[in-house]
Amino acid sequence: MGRKLLTEHINVEGIDTIEVYRKHGGYRSVEKAIKTMTPDEVVEEVKKSGLRGRGGAGFPTGLKWSFLAKPEGVPRYLVCNADESEPGTFKDRQLMSKLPHLLIEGMITSSYALGANTSYIYIRGELLYVLRILEKAIAEAYAAGFLGKNILGSGYDLDLYVHPGGGAYICGEETALLESLEGKRGNPRNKPPFPAVSGLYARPTVVNNVESIAAVPVIVNDGGDEYAKIGVGKSTGTKLISACGHLNKPGIYEIELGVPVEEFIYSDEYCGGIWKGRDLKAVVAGGSSVPILPKELILKTAAGEPRLMTYESLSDGGFVTGTMLGSGGFIAMDETTCIVRNTWNFSRFYHHESCGQCSPCREGTGWLEKILHRIEHGHGTERDIDVLASVAKQIEGNTICPLGEAAAWPVSAAIRHFRDEFEWHIRHPQEATRPGAVYPGKAVLA
Amino acid sequence: MAKITFDGIEVEVPDGTTILNAARTIGGSIVPPAMCYYTPLKGSGGKCRACLVRVAAGSAKDPRPMPKLVASCVTPVQDGMVVENTTSQQVLDVRKGIVEMLLINHPLDCPVCDQAGECDLQNFAFEHGVSTTRYEEERRTFDKIDIGPLIQLHMTRCILCYRCVYTADQLTEQRVHGVLGRGDAAEIGTYIENIIDNEFSGNVIDVCPVGALTDKTFRFKQRVWFTKPVNAHRQCENPKCCGKVVLWYKGKDVMRVTARKDQYGEVKEWICNTCRFDKKETADWTIEGPAHIDRSSVISANHYELPVLNAQVIADLPESSVRDLEQNPPMRLGN
Repeated sequence: MGRKLLTEHINVEGIDTIEVYRKHGGYRSVEKAIKTMTPDEVVEEVKKSGLRGRGGAGFPTGLKWSFLAKPEGVPRYLVCNADESEPGTFKDRQLMSKLPHLLIEGMITSSYALGANTSYIYIRGELLYVLRILEKAIAEAYAAGFLGKNILGSGYDLDLYVHPGGGAYICGEETALLESLEGKRGNPRNKPPFPAVSGLYARPTVVNNVESIAAVPVIVNDGGDEYAKIGVGKSTGTKLISACGHLNKPGIYEIELGVPVEEFIYSDEYCGGIWKGRDLKAVVAGGSSVPILPKELILKTAAGEPRLMTYESLSDGGFVTGTMLGSGGFIAMDETTCIVRNTWNFSRFYHHESCGQCSPCREGTGWLEKILHRIEHGHGTERDIDVLASVAKQIEGNTICPLGEAAAWPVSAAIRHFRDEFEWHIRHPQEATRPGAVYPGKAVLA
Repeated sequence: MAKITFDGIEVEVPDGTTILNAARTIGGSIVPPAMCYYTPLKGSGGKCRACLVRVAAGSAKDPRPMPKLVASCVTPVQDGMVVENTTSQQVLDVRKGIVEMLLINHPLDCPVCDQAGECDLQNFAFEHGVSTTRYEEERRTFDKIDIGPLIQLHMTRCILCYRCVYTADQLTEQRVHGVLGRGDAAEIGTYIENIIDNEFSGNVIDVCPVGALTDKTFRFKQRVWFTKPVNAHRQCENPKCCGKVVLWYKGKDVMRVTARKDQYGEVKEWICNTCRFDKKETADWTIEGPAHIDRSSVISANHYELPVLNAQVIADLPESSVRDLEQNPPMRLGN
């Protein structure tokens, strides 16, 4: 069993109260950072740790922090992105509802490092119960002197607010989140300028994922070098993986980056294999927007190396034979899963969630969904597969924000790896639309 | 000042200028098309993606190419930037894709649409699109919304450029219309049917790139290319109104009044509703002379002024680019 840095005490009775949390070493990082370190030293530790953004893009957190513009006399903001909405990803919800003080501790330490005196947690609107948990915890932190004016007698002030969104997926995109936080319609902004220069209220802003911020106390307590020892290569530390789908033991696992995918799926320590004794068909490794991979390619890279749960290993082979670690939403599908239906389902989500601001995504996501709907319901034509691939290509890279790519990648990848199954749907519509139909394999197409 | 190379042409522009505006200082057929960007409207641009260009070198300091195509209307230039528009096959291909996306839910009712002949989408599709469609699904339609006696909102034609929203924000005291809904169900509307009623509301007709917002006093009266544009002005009582307009004549009748637009279809000075809707007699105006319409559309093709030729400014292109252009000539009316 790997080390648990974030979730070690997650099941302790009463850990959501400040007394129990402090008994288990809570808020040590705040004291250490504020009393013994300068803000730049904290940033330096985070840089040394090699921590990479846990929200999906995997951008080094320390580097992001060092890009923050620091003009004199202008306030800066830290915003925590708790708008976790990616299908398949449910790690932040659990972390916040069980360990609210871990996030708050991370927010205080990070805000101190960035010199922010006001910070926000933007939480998804559906998670109202988590919002209440966080607000209770924040009130406790104020009462204990960790928030408010003159924290621990150091002269450093910090106010922390939780703000619920309206439940739109697009508000998880950082600039749409900032728009929404400002009280506007959640449309992503054009970049540049980036939030590090002009973010919330046109002030320099850092937006970080919940899990990234929760890792900061660990890094400050143990030191960046110690954190960097865990993991493989540039993928350091631990990562929460929310495993779901056809697994014997779905759930949230904190893994040391570098665990082989095969071990993660089949070992009893983690997911315990595929349910009902069935065979694995495909895996979406990092939330619904990353490319789907068939069993052969998720367990081993194209070169035959075992694939590891790291940023580099999962993206080995680019999008031709690889995928991404993404946000850690690990969706496993057994041999009876219909890939066409699954792709249609993902597409339906992105069609529904596109903000409608820029034309390729607004029109393209609807087009993709309609074609996939037709194929799945037995009205596909041979031409449709090529049209799908080409529409996905027309969206990809030409939109304001990454939602366009998120909508295009699953479709492109499904066609790349499971084209024969699409063809079976089109050529044998009666069989394919029968309830409980299972694709019998390439042999039927011959 | 920043020096950039646009399609092989060097140009020097002030820092902070966008790539599109730098290209406009060169002018001619290398200027990227823009469907949502509107210079007088702060915050506009970046949405339609028609103006995507390839940045082959980011700046003199960091000459790496940008990983994705960028929207030239919102991306500021950097010194030493190298931009490819008509010289990049990738850009031309992507632009074809954008035309296709914009048209899949557009009704293509140009034969009965008042905007036809001066429609940005029509020009854009004509110059950059393909003449067939691969779209077999049902098109999205909307019910017509009544927004008052002067302006017709026909949402089905809308391409969601947001220009009318910015116009109402920046020109009028209170905006009563906006974008409702999300994705391809997003629509321009007034929340719980409301009349758009203020002295400058008529300007949304001028900024609309398509026929989604049209002049109710001109609807179905005349095809625009059969009318004769004439510059005129009057002393307007409204201090915010410039009083400088174009009168569109058919015979002796003023069919409609619009603000003056430049060659990119942009209104520089706004006019009030009194000038636009109420002053439709020649006696109301001081006539200046024929209006010069410098746009690559049918409206300038049937003009009583001399036909406007597109200036040929790409003489200094590198040989490879000239070859590419000859093999894949950008379609352009008048060439």
